[in-house]
Amino acid sequence: MRTPSWRSVAVAGIPVVGICLSVPLWDRIQPVVLGLPFNLFWLVAWIPLTSVCLLIAHRIESKRGGSE
Amino acid sequence: MSPSSTALAVIASIVGLGTIIGFCARGRHRMDFEQWTTGGRGFGLAIVWLLMAGEIYTAFSFLGSSGWVYSKGAPALYIIAYMTMQNVVAFYFAPAVWKLGKEHGLQTSADVFHALYGSKALAAFVAIVGIAAIIPYLQIQLSGLGIIVAIASFGGISQNLAMSVAAVLVTSFVLVSGIRAVAGISVLKDVLMIVVVVLAGIAIPVGIFGGIGPMFAKLIATIPGHLTMPGPVKSLGHGWFVTMVILSSAGQIVWPHAVASNFSAKSADTLRRNAIILPLYNLTIPFVFFVGFAALVALPDLAKGDLAYMSMAKLRFSPLLLGLVGGAGALAAIVPASIMLLTCGTLFAKNVVKPFLAPDLGDLHTGRIARGTVVILMAISLALALGNSAALASLLQLGYGIVGQFLPGITLGLLSRRVNAKGVATGMVAGLGILGCLEVAGRDPFLGMAAGFIGLIANFGTTIAVSRLRSPAGRRPATALAGF
Repeated sequence: MRTPSWRSVAVAGIPVVGICLSVPLWDRIQPVVLGLPFNLFWLVAWIPLTSVCLLIAHRIESKRGGSE
Repeated sequence: MSPSSTALAVIASIVGLGTIIGFCARGRHRMDFEQWTTGGRGFGLAIVWLLMAGEIYTAFSFLGSSGWVYSKGAPALYIIAYMTMQNVVAFYFAPAVWKLGKEHGLQTSADVFHALYGSKALAAFVAIVGIAAIIPYLQIQLSGLGIIVAIASFGGISQNLAMSVAAVLVTSFVLVSGIRAVAGISVLKDVLMIVVVVLAGIAIPVGIFGGIGPMFAKLIATIPGHLTMPGPVKSLGHGWFVTMVILSSAGQIVWPHAVASNFSAKSADTLRRNAIILPLYNLTIPFVFFVGFAALVALPDLAKGDLAYMSMAKLRFSPLLLGLVGGAGALAAIVPASIMLLTCGTLFAKNVVKPFLAPDLGDLHTGRIARGTVVILMAISLALALGNSAALASLLQLGYGIVGQFLPGITLGLLSRRVNAKGVATGMVAGLGILGCLEVAGRDPFLGMAAGFIGLIANFGTTIAVSRLRSPAGRRPATALAGF
């Protein structure tokens, strides 16, 4: 594996911001979405979104021919 | 049949089936040392996924996380957060570690340190610290299993008896089938666990409140303070959340058993694709949380949060279903316990005994010592589980705090040539020392941050400073860096 490209790291870094660093912005009860308090809904939403971001990062790495 | 014997019969059948799979998983493979620990490095995406899901989604996921929801409220969200975010870390670092392992024939996490820094002493130190970190984790699995089986059998089997039986079963099929046993039982465990968790997570709120939405509406009206951080424990605020999520998601990849599972993968890309699909398993965790939330209203006076999940299942489920929950929970303890035992046995035999006490030991005898270690470690963990009743989540956080101290050594070692063994060792001692002091003083979290995270920062700083001091120009051989 070569050093990963900045573009893939940037995409894969999106969940880190969404899940972890932005906690003061989403740690609240309102608005209730799908019956869930907002903070719980937010983290659940990031589960599939993380898969999507990593899939895109994987595409970027594969296009560079870096992964085997 | 009485409710107790119905539930017991179901639990016994599930555990019995798992045990048979464990013994048969050996198949026609000759169980030499390499097969036993890495399955011959030939596992494809499906088996790697099962192994990783097997070791990450454990009895703790059932009991500890609903227990934290019950006793601590919103800070429990850190569990969903780190279990998702760890995949981002794994996506980049797991393939690099795998490649290093493939090139140098590595089997353990301590081997990684040996390959990066060329120091046997450092590898042995890492092995011993790794075992020390895993013992509380093993203890969690046994205690969890004890709680699950005792409640599910209506007290028909005591917590201590259940733990002892499980300890014997786990030890025997690990001895016989090695890592293949674990992959085999994981199939049964994952299917059962997903079914049970989703079923309980929907049926319990629907049965008591008429749905998940109405349940939260009731909680928002009665205890809104529980639903945002910090919740009832004032020290678990946003600073704690961020530091704990970073520590745990990064720490997950350096657990000795996680590194060992990495080595069983067929290719680096298998691990990348695994990191893409593994987050989806986390969709089951909210269903576990729902049960913890429901218990806040239905059973407000439980002695311990860890009892919340099983107490709710007992309150709402028929004996047959309760037995199913008990059986799935028991397997969810047995699978990770097996992986951890296997890892510790290999670590001790290969990185402590062989290099220092018996340098000309062949693979055959190393394998025997590893198996002997498995038996001794299980006995220690069982003794600890029988004598200790700390909350499961605190034990786990202690384990993560310890294991996180491997991060500077592995990440800096892969990324830079200027870090050396002295620096890594000094950094680990500094990090562990700070963690130990804060734990003993009861100051975790400290200044609003997880104690393990503070230790980690000190560790990174010390590692870099001492490495610079000892060798201003990078003297470490370039071969050690082939993985990145």
